[in-house]
Amino acid sequence: MTAAPAEPRPAARPRAPRSEGRKAERRLGWLLCAPAALVMVAVTGYPILYSVWLSLHRYDLRFPAEQEFVGLANYAVVLTNSYWWTAFGVTVLITVVSVAIELVLGMALAVTMHRTLLARGLVRTVTLVPYGIVTVVAAFSWFYAWTPGTGYLAETVAPGSAPLTERAGSLAIIILAEVWKTTPFMALLLMAGLALVPDDLLRAAAVDGAGAWQRFVKVTLPVMKPAILVALLFRTLDAFRVFDNIFILTAGANDTSSVSMITYSNLIRGLNLGIGSTMSVLIFLAVAAIAFVFVKLFGTAAPGGDARGGGR
Amino acid sequence: MSLSNVPVGRRKAAWAFVNTVVVVYALTPVLWIASLSFKTRETMTDGHFVPREWTLAHYADIFRTDAFLRALVNSIGIALIATFIAVVLATMAAYAVARLDFPGKRALIGVSLLIAMFPQISLVTPLFTIERALGLFDTWPGLILPYITFALPLAIYTLSAFFREIPWELEKAAKMDGATPAQAFRKVIAPLAAPGVFTTAILVFIFCWNDFLFAISLTSSEASRTVPAALSFFTGSSQFEDPTGTISAAAVVITVPIVVFVLLFQRRIVAGLTSGAVKG
Amino acid sequence: MAEIILDGVSKRFPDGAQAVSEVHLTVADGEFVILVGPSGCGKSTTLNMVAGLEDITDGELRIDGERMNERAPKDRDIAMVFQSYALYPHMSVRENMAFPLRLAKAPEATVRAKVEDTARVLDLTEHLDRRPAHLSGGQRQRVAMGRAIVRSPKAFLMDEPLSNLDAKLRGQMRTALSRLQKRLGTTTVYVTHDQTEAMTLGDRIVVLQAGHVQQIGPPQHLYERPANLFVAGFIGSPSMNFLPATVQDGALATPIGDLPLTDRVRRLLADADAPRQLIAGVRPEHFEDAALVDEHRRAEGLCYTAVVDVLESLGSEKYAHFPLEGERASSRQLADLAAVTGSADVPAGGPGAALVTRLSADTRAREGAELTVWCDPDRVLLFDPAEGTHLTGER
Repeated sequence: MTAAPAEPRPAARPRAPRSEGRKAERRLGWLLCAPAALVMVAVTGYPILYSVWLSLHRYDLRFPAEQEFVGLANYAVVLTNSYWWTAFGVTVLITVVSVAIELVLGMALAVTMHRTLLARGLVRTVTLVPYGIVTVVAAFSWFYAWTPGTGYLAETVAPGSAPLTERAGSLAIIILAEVWKTTPFMALLLMAGLALVPDDLLRAAAVDGAGAWQRFVKVTLPVMKPAILVALLFRTLDAFRVFDNIFILTAGANDTSSVSMITYSNLIRGLNLGIGSTMSVLIFLAVAAIAFVFVKLFGTAAPGGDARGGGR
Repeated sequence: MSLSNVPVGRRKAAWAFVNTVVVVYALTPVLWIASLSFKTRETMTDGHFVPREWTLAHYADIFRTDAFLRALVNSIGIALIATFIAVVLATMAAYAVARLDFPGKRALIGVSLLIAMFPQISLVTPLFTIERALGLFDTWPGLILPYITFALPLAIYTLSAFFREIPWELEKAAKMDGATPAQAFRKVIAPLAAPGVFTTAILVFIFCWNDFLFAISLTSSEASRTVPAALSFFTGSSQFEDPTGTISAAAVVITVPIVVFVLLFQRRIVAGLTSGAVKG
Repeated sequence: MAEIILDGVSKRFPDGAQAVSEVHLTVADGEFVILVGPSGCGKSTTLNMVAGLEDITDGELRIDGERMNERAPKDRDIAMVFQSYALYPHMSVRENMAFPLRLAKAPEATVRAKVEDTARVLDLTEHLDRRPAHLSGGQRQRVAMGRAIVRSPKAFLMDEPLSNLDAKLRGQMRTALSRLQKRLGTTTVYVTHDQTEAMTLGDRIVVLQAGHVQQIGPPQHLYERPANLFVAGFIGSPSMNFLPATVQDGALATPIGDLPLTDRVRRLLADADAPRQLIAGVRPEHFEDAALVDEHRRAEGLCYTAVVDVLESLGSEKYAHFPLEGERASSRQLADLAAVTGSADVPAGGPGAALVTRLSADTRAREGAELTVWCDPDRVLLFDPAEGTHLTGER
């Protein structure tokens, strides 16, 4: 040992503010968080409990007098209903396909934004347009684009057919609309992950003899795995809620309803609160299961991570 | 990275191509709806991407109708109020999360994470019922409340990430320079925190501005219907012969603020969206 | 101008951790005192307590005879320079330096004059209207200094102000800082982990370890008469060699040979009721290539012959390293020292200890060849392994 080595500063200890003890800090913390916590719990906590309660009752707004406790009967009705399962299948299909495409496209877009030599600001600005635009507006754009006669896509890509009047075409367009709108958000999260990969690491890999592709697959991807998982988790949960695009593009025609769509229809058109609540609870459980799988199986660092699903 | 061994000129050309693809990808649907809004009724169904005949008639139409103007006022009012309240509440909570140590902090983070992941449709049915009972259905507060709730997690995360970045040693430095705690906050901390708060406000505003599900589920009239919801009712409505042009014009109008935000604050929005994602 | 007195000052954190224990220190008016110690030794906490940024759990802090414990930092009239400089990023250099004066409601003309004076002293005049982000590390450091001296406070507190600079600049700034402090004559308390900085800057040094003061004294005193193994090992670079030593037959047996015990040493050991097992400490610079020492002195000293395993030439001098057979000297204080200085993480390259010697550049020593080194027995310090106490400090 020649000289005292440069040392890191002592780890910052959680310190109480001056002249006030731990208690005061605690009180201030609670005081500052209370309003936000109260609003969040009041607007979500109570309704979700109420929703569970409703799901155990027969409650139809058209026949308000016939309200009664029916146990799990509503669940039996929903879970044996073919519309529910069709909607569930559609939702899973849209979720899986669109998230898969978004991951690939988003990664390409992230690399572009991260590495481009030209007009980086322009590329990033332009990329934010799909993120920021109102989903309904984008959905109308796609709707008119694929409407025979009116649309540029209908005329050039599929002349003589009306893709929005058949199931496969509708689903493909819904997925296209979803992918277009949310890929930028995915790309931004992935770009944040890319920025975490130190350039030195890539140089080291190059010196060790890795080619460009090998560097990407063996160094970049593993290092940014946490960012990828967080992006996937949030996009998956978000995609599972797909509603706006379906509402505008097909309104659920030709068996293209998602679970959100069918729940909405049941509430507004059917006014059956018992069944609607049952569906709400089932969707909530499905989302919880997805989150659980991500956190347990893939070890997504959820709690410290990022919490923005509000991509739309 | 994949192009590092290629001469600079060719690399630039390659990037120019890639960037063009990105720009076309991002802007085509937006330009298309804009194009529709400028087409005359006669050329509306010609299928051309660029209008052959230009007109502002659709814009004149929508600004003459109450349906759109009311919706626009609702959209702006509700989004602004919800943004203001959400940002104020989130600033307080985020300061506590970033700077203070108290039991229940993890619970708060956990709850907001849960809400961020929450399927909003699951709330629609119970909120529909509850709001009808409380008289909040089809009112501004009836939409503002759920907007605040779902904006809060986003806002708290973004803000606490920004607040962690503030060099808090400056607060000490200000005290050593003779500032009272209030002066230290006003002259040093507030100016540094302002950009983060502003960025968060933009993100929250975009979120509220965008919402469709609550807007059509918790409203029933022009009293509180926002533009995205009103747009979907233009369709098939008898007051317009063919709604394509008017819907497009209205769509462009509500897209303008978003495009303005994006153009002016690109850097901040990117920083805001990615800040929380990076650090655990 | 002020005298600062720490009277049994202690700090206990709410989680029960004792950061600083009973520091007694009187900093005379105009004195430059250095708090030095490894990371986490409580030196910054002590400084923060003087500043008022941290509460004092026990004891009293007096500045010019007045109790300060309950005063807010702004009412203590002391300025502080932070390791990170803590410059306000949204203010220009001028505004940064004017900030304390404006808070004190100084008239605008005075503010202007003082800021410009200070800027001239620190050679910052041409940067006054730039933002900190556009300055180099050295310039930022000077702005931080400027903000402290501009309002002529009673005392300066400095928390590792040079450690973010690169080595060469740090050396230059050290000299400049020393000159500035002498000129202003302002009482200064300076925290650092770097013993070289401590040795060169301070009028007096306070060595802290685990919240306890190990020794207080002028640099040369700490170097020559360290109070214990910790101070002996911490002060000086490269560090002192520690060898196990046993008193037998009136001599001291060490791995590099037997040392005669002088009457003085024998008396000191007897007075201290010392054990037979001791630790001998010899600084590398107290060795010399035996070939360069004249016959007469050679006979009075100790000669050790072994194969040099590493030879480092610094131009002006050479370091010869020897592997040593047998046990290393062991003591709790030495273990603490190794842990805090990080030397425990350096691969030892063998089971035994190594001997480091600092020789004249004229030496003919070669790596892999045998060399005889000589050392002056008067320069050997003896320590009690259990307590770490220096036994031969008295002359």
